[in-house]
Amino acid sequence: MGTLDRFSVSPGRRRRDRIARSAILGATLIALVPLVLIVYYLLRKGLGSWSTSFFTTDPTGNTFFKNSSIGGIKSAILGTIEIVGLASAMAIPVGIAVAVWLVEYGKESRFAQTVRFGVDVLTGVPSIIFGLFIFIVLVVGTGSTYAAYKGSCALALLMLPVVIRSAEVILRLVPPALRESALALGAPRWRVIFRIILPTALPGLITGVLLAVARAAGETAPLLFTAGYTLKSNFNLGQFMNALPLQIYYDVTSPTTSIEHRAWGAALTLVSMILLLNVLARLIARRSRIG
Amino acid sequence: MTARRSGSDVTEREPEAGSELGDPPADGPLTGATPASPAPSESQASSPNGALGETEERAPGPSVSLEQLRAFYGENEAVKGLDVEFRANEVTAIIGPSGCGKSTMIRCINRMHEEIPGARAEGRVTLEDLDVYDPSVDVVAVRRAIGMVFQKPNPFPTMSIFDNVAAGPRLSSRRHGDLQETVESALRSAGLWEEVADRLDAPGAGLSGGQQQRMCIARSLAVDPDVILMDEPCSALDPIATLRIEELIDQLKQRVTIVIVTHNMQQAARVADRTAFMLDGRLVEVGPTQDIFTKPSDPRTEEYVTGKFG
Repeated sequence: MGTLDRFSVSPGRRRRDRIARSAILGATLIALVPLVLIVYYLLRKGLGSWSTSFFTTDPTGNTFFKNSSIGGIKSAILGTIEIVGLASAMAIPVGIAVAVWLVEYGKESRFAQTVRFGVDVLTGVPSIIFGLFIFIVLVVGTGSTYAAYKGSCALALLMLPVVIRSAEVILRLVPPALRESALALGAPRWRVIFRIILPTALPGLITGVLLAVARAAGETAPLLFTAGYTLKSNFNLGQFMNALPLQIYYDVTSPTTSIEHRAWGAALTLVSMILLLNVLARLIARRSRIG
Repeated sequence: MTARRSGSDVTEREPEAGSELGDPPADGPLTGATPASPAPSESQASSPNGALGETEERAPGPSVSLEQLRAFYGENEAVKGLDVEFRANEVTAIIGPSGCGKSTMIRCINRMHEEIPGARAEGRVTLEDLDVYDPSVDVVAVRRAIGMVFQKPNPFPTMSIFDNVAAGPRLSSRRHGDLQETVESALRSAGLWEEVADRLDAPGAGLSGGQQQRMCIARSLAVDPDVILMDEPCSALDPIATLRIEELIDQLKQRVTIVIVTHNMQQAARVADRTAFMLDGRLVEVGPTQDIFTKPSDPRTEEYVTGKFG
C-alpha cells in the first residue's frame, strides 16, 4: 500500500457515483416512457384504420348510419400539404432574408438586437395567438369568412421566428474567412451572399426549414378559426379547407367509435409525414460542410 | 490572362463596374476624375483599368503610397500615422513584432479593414494617382485591382478547383467566355497547373495545405489584379510548400506589385526587394532588404532583426 493510497477511490465515492449514475439513467428511461407509449398506441390503433380507401376518399360526414361509409382522410392530407405549402412559400424566403440581414448587415447594431429580441418573443408566443391574430385581422377585420390562405398566414407567422433563428445560427457558422476572401476578390456583397454564403450554408438552412415546416404541419390551433373545416378535397386556397390536425380534432371529439378510429389513423398519418420530414432534415444535415 | 492589357479585355470589363449593386459607394466608377457622375453608363468609358492609368505600354504593376494612414478598431488606434511607398513591380516585406499593425495596415490598402465592425481608417492610400478612399471610388473595383492572399488557405468549400479559381471572374460578373483559359493561365502562374490539370472538378478543399494556398493565389490572379497583398501567406505551410510560394512570389513580381507581411525574417530576406520595419503602429524604417538586415539606420530595427526582442 503506502504511496498508492492517495490514488485509490474511497468506497463512499464509489457508492455515490453508482447512485448518481442510476438516477440519471432512471430519468432517461422515464422520459422515454411517454414517447414509446405514444408510438405504440399510434401504431396499434392507427394502423387498423389504414387502407387504400382511407387515403383515397374524402370524409363523408356520415356519423349515424352504421352501414354506410364514413370515408377517409384524403381532403385532410391534401389540405395540410396545400396550407403548409403556402405558409412555407411565405415564411421561408422572408425568414431567410431576415437572417441574412441580421448576420451580414445588421450584425450587432441596436436595431439588429431589437429584431433578435422580437424574434425571440415571437418564438414563445402560443400558436393559438397567431390564429387569433389572423382571425381578428383577416376574418373579422375583412368581414369575410374562413379561407385556407388565412390558415396559411397564421402558420407562416408561427414558422417565421423558427426559420429566422435556425437560419441565423447556420449563417453565423459560415467562416468569416470565406466572406473575406470573396470580398477581397472584388465581389459585391450581394453576390458573396448568393454565391458563397448561402450555398455553403445550404444543407443547414434546409434542415432548419424542414423542422419549421414539420412544426407547422402539426399545429391545430392556428387553423381552428382561420382555415375553416370542410369534408371535400379542394385546390382553391380561397375557400374552406380541411387539414390533418383539424380532422383529428373533429374526429376525436365524435361520439361514434369508427370516427374516433379514423382520428387515430389520421394521427398516425400526420406523425409519419412529420417523421419523414425530420429524417430528411437529418440526412441533409449530414451533408453539411460547415459546423 | 496572358494578353491581360489587350483592348478587348478592357471593353469586356466595362459593363460590370456600373452594374454592381453591391457595396456602397457604387455611385461612380473607380475613377475620381468624373466625380458623382449621374449616368454610370456614360462614365463607363473610363473603365477600371483605364482609371488606374494603365495603358498597353506601361509597366504592369502600379505603385501604392500610404500617407498619414491611421487605422482604428473602435477607439483603439492600431496604425498611428504611417507614410510609405510600395514601388511598382517590387516585393516589399513588412516585418515587425505581433500586434504592431502590419496586417491592419495592408488591409487598409484594399479597404478590407472597414469590413470589421467598428473599424475605420484615416489618411490617404493611393494606387498610382487614384485615391482609394475617395468617396466616388467603388470599393468593389478597388478590391478587384488589389488582390489579397490570407494567412490560412481558404478555398470555397462548395466549389471544385476549377470553380474556386473561376470564382473571382464569376463573382465580379465579368463575362466568362474564356474562363477555361483564365483558369488555366492563373493555375499555371501559381505553379499548380501540372498538379491539378487532370482533376479540376475535384473539391478545392481536398488539396494539401500548400496546394490550397497556391490555388488561393491562382484565385486572386484570375481577376487580374495589379497589386497583391499577402498576409503571412506561408505561416500555415511546411518549408517545402513555403519555398514554392516564395519562388512564385519572385515570378509574380514581373506582373504585379507585391506587399507581403511576414514573421519570418529569412523569408523577408529571400523574397523582398525592400523591407519595412513596423513597431507599435508606426513605420520605423524602410529600405532595400539588404540594408535593413545588414546596416539598419535605426537601433530598434537592428535589435529586432538581430533577435534582441520581438
